[in-house]
Parts: sequence; C-alpha cells; structure tokens
Amino acid sequence: MDTTIKNSNLKSEEYFINMGPQHPATHGVLRLLLTIDGEIIKKVEPDLGYIHRSIEKMCERDSYQQIVHLTDRMDYLSSHINNEAVCLTVEKALELEVPERVKVIRTIIGELTRIASHTLWWGVMGMDVGALTTYFYGFRDREMINDIFEETCGARLTMNYNIPGGLMFDIHPNFVKRVKDFIAHFKTKLPEYDTLLSGNVIFQKRTKGVGILTKEDAISFGASGPVGRGSGYSCDVRKHHPYSALDKVKFKEILKTEGDTFARYQVRVEEMWESLSIIEQLIDNIPEGDYKVATNAVIKLPKGEFYQKVETARGELGVYVVSTGTKNPYRVKFRSPGFSNISLLNHITVGGKIGDLVATMATLDIVVPDIDR
Amino acid sequence: MSYFGDIYKGIKTLLTGMSVTGKYFITSRKGAITQQYPDNRDNLKMFDRFRGEVVMPHNENNEHRCTGCQKCELACPNGTIEIIWDRQIDPETGKKKKMIDKHIYHLGMCTMCGLCIEACPTDAIKWAQNFENSVYDRTKLTRVLNKPGSKLMPGVED
Repeated sequence: MDTTIKNSNLKSEEYFINMGPQHPATHGVLRLLLTIDGEIIKKVEPDLGYIHRSIEKMCERDSYQQIVHLTDRMDYLSSHINNEAVCLTVEKALELEVPERVKVIRTIIGELTRIASHTLWWGVMGMDVGALTTYFYGFRDREMINDIFEETCGARLTMNYNIPGGLMFDIHPNFVKRVKDFIAHFKTKLPEYDTLLSGNVIFQKRTKGVGILTKEDAISFGASGPVGRGSGYSCDVRKHHPYSALDKVKFKEILKTEGDTFARYQVRVEEMWESLSIIEQLIDNIPEGDYKVATNAVIKLPKGEFYQKVETARGELGVYVVSTGTKNPYRVKFRSPGFSNISLLNHITVGGKIGDLVATMATLDIVVPDIDR
Repeated sequence: MSYFGDIYKGIKTLLTGMSVTGKYFITSRKGAITQQYPDNRDNLKMFDRFRGEVVMPHNENNEHRCTGCQKCELACPNGTIEIIWDRQIDPETGKKKKMIDKHIYHLGMCTMCGLCIEACPTDAIKWAQNFENSVYDRTKLTRVLNKPGSKLMPGVED
C-alpha cells in the first residue's frame, strides 16, 4: 500500500511496537512484537515465556496421581478436560476399564466446561471489539456452571476432580437437578447472545472478512478446535476419536467454510447448542455403579509410550507419556491447542489493521498459560 | 447498499440489541445475581465440598485422629505438608508407638488438589470452608494443624 502523502516531503516508515506483555487485549502475559506501518500490520511475532512454569518438567518429578493437578493450571478454562486427558492416558496404559458411570459424568462435566469456556470467550470477544455489555451476560451464565462445579468438585476453576481410575468422589446429590436447571436457563439465554451481538452491524463489520484462514493453511499450521472448524477443516476429536461416553451421544460437528473471524465466532456459539444437547442426552440416565476403580497406591505404568488426545474448548490436547516402568514418567509432552493456534496469528493478520488483530486474537481464543505451560 | 440504508440498518440492529439490555434494565431487580460481599458475610454459606484450607478436627478431649503414617505427606505434590513425628510410649499398652509431634501445613504453597485428604486412611484431616486467608505476614500461613498438647484418639489405627 502506498502510504506516502502526495505532494509532500512527509514519508511514513515501518516501526516497531510492543503489544503486551501487560496488555488487556492479549488475554494474559503474551508479548506481541508488532512491526507496523501506520496502522497496517507488517509482521506479528509472538514472544512467549512470560508465564512458563515448566509443567512438563514438573510432571517428571511427580507421580501419576500428582500430574493431574498440574494440568488444571495449563488451560484453566477447560481444566476438567485437561485432567481427563491425563487420566485417560494412564488408564489406557494400565488397560484399565473405568465404570460407565465415570465415563458419563466425565462427559457431562466436560461439556459443561466447554460451555463455561465458550460463554466466557463470548463475553470477552464482545469486549475486545468494543461491546462491553456482553461481558456481563457471558459471566451471568458461566456463574451457574461454576456453582455446579463448586458443589460437586469443590472448586470453581482448578477442579482436580478426575483421578486415574475414576473420580475423586461421587457427584453431589443436587448435581442432576442443578444441571437441569442450567439447561432450562441457558436455552432461554443463548438466543439472546445472537440478538445482542451476532446480528449487530458494527460487530459484523468488525469481524466479517477479517483474519481469513484457508482450509489448507489451517491444516498446515496444525489448527484445531473452533479455529480449524471455522475454516472447514473437520478436526473434532470428539467425532473422529470418541473417548469417554462421547461415542453414545449424537451431535453435529459445526463446520463453516468462510474461515474469517465471524465464522469462528459462529462455530463457537453453535457449539454451545451442541454441548447442551450432549448434556441433555446423558443427564437423565447416569448409570448406577462405582465412581472409581481401585488402583494401586503407587501407579507404575508399563514400559512404553502412550498417547491420548481429547477435544478441549480450544482444540486438540494431546498427552504423550514415555514410561520406563517406574512410578514417575520419563517424559511428558502436552500438545496444546493454543500453541498451534497462536502460530498462525502472523499469517492471518499481516496486511490488516491493529483493531483487526485484536478481533482476530479474540476468536483464536488463546489462553496464555496453555501456550507457555 | 446505500449510505442511508446502512445507517438505518445500523440503528435497527442497535435497537434490537438494546431491547435485550432494556428488558434486564427494567426486570433486573428481581433476578439480580450480584453478591453483596462482604456485607453478606453473616449469611454467606460455602458449599460443603468447597476447598478452603486443610484442617485437623479435634474432639472435646483435645484428641485428633492422626496416627502419623505420613501418607498425606507422600501424596502431596509440592511439599505443603510436613510431619514431625517421634516414637513415644503409648500409655495404654506401654509399647513404643509412632506419634506425631507436629503436623505442619504451609497454606501459602497449597494448591488445593485434595490428594492428601484422599490419601488419609483415618480421616484425620479434612477441608474447611474458610476462604478469607489473607494475612499481612506470610509466616502466618505456615500452620501447625495439631493443637498443642493434643493426643491421638484412642482406638484409631491405620
């Protein structure tokens, strides 16, 4: 783009600016090194490491039961699903079959976590593009889910409810009633999300045609979750490699082909409907039975390498464990969705404006502790 | 679309959105969810399972249920629990028995994972629903859970 002013000696030049590490729009301690020309972005370079806690190294120190609570601190908005990933890996390695009750409860709470994460994202997404109101509406509905978690799991965010072999304790007697209340409540509130934000002309102008990611690029950058599905890349782990009770439920994988910011927005909003339908199918028939199977107090995995992937609210989380047969893992690697998704930020924002960068980052739905670990 | 058509559509969608906020502006007094903390401190009740801090319940004779087996210390991921124990003579049987001297709990390090309470074979420790843990000096966050002069409850074996 020609940015020189006609008939003048004034010339614009590229300059460098820091966005973050303490910037509200980066959703955490993420530093973006921006090279800009006026308001046009020439280059975006994410600089990571501000919240690196070496969780993978700490896993080598811990026993398999203790690893679970560390994964709460990675992607804190889908902490239950992270816990589940580790537990599924350990159970896979031990060839342990958990009771049906555990599988169903894990799936219900996992989908509630997804809704909680998406409602928070929806609120923050609106705020990032300048609609402050959405924040309160998103948090109002998330509060009900947090209450359910607090009553059953004992914590609102870092729940640590899963243990290898099942659940830490049984669900609270009020759980089913509260979840049903929530479903009834949320079904009346979710259409408001569309009325309030999706149809708004200002919002659509900010998001449509911004940050376009093609399907080819989505695959080559390793995008997953709603980011990949917004570009038409069918990558839902729940559909392709079902785990827990997800093979028993019917749901639709939301796919949009536009690949822009608005498509990713729509994918997440429609996913909330699908999550609601999954919970509805399971909540009425939670099978009776034990909430855990007994494991040894010291869990020793057989020698070998084990991998399990799950679909968190942000995409595909993979847990890779190398065991030498001792009580500690030799190596643990987490394939986090946020890290792959942030890698395509430069690709889809170059040429756009700074305001578009904020909108695009909002729909990538990055959680910085998940990227840095 | 024309310039004026854009303006018309913009105002229309703005009003559609404001119909939602307007509805809550009028009816919010009925369904307000804001908690008036700390004004509601007296009747604010946390859920039974809420993880506030680890405590060791004592009965009226100043007796606890901790045998000093150190399973909680082993289960803890980051060394929050330290147990100082000793072999003392049991007054009932006259034999030497493992007994705790101090059950030290570093609240400042605790991640509230609950593994110690799951590991405890005698239910000696449990969660308290207290959440107002801020202090001016961090040494106050190191707590000795067994009360001074407390003994093991008779009949508790691990």
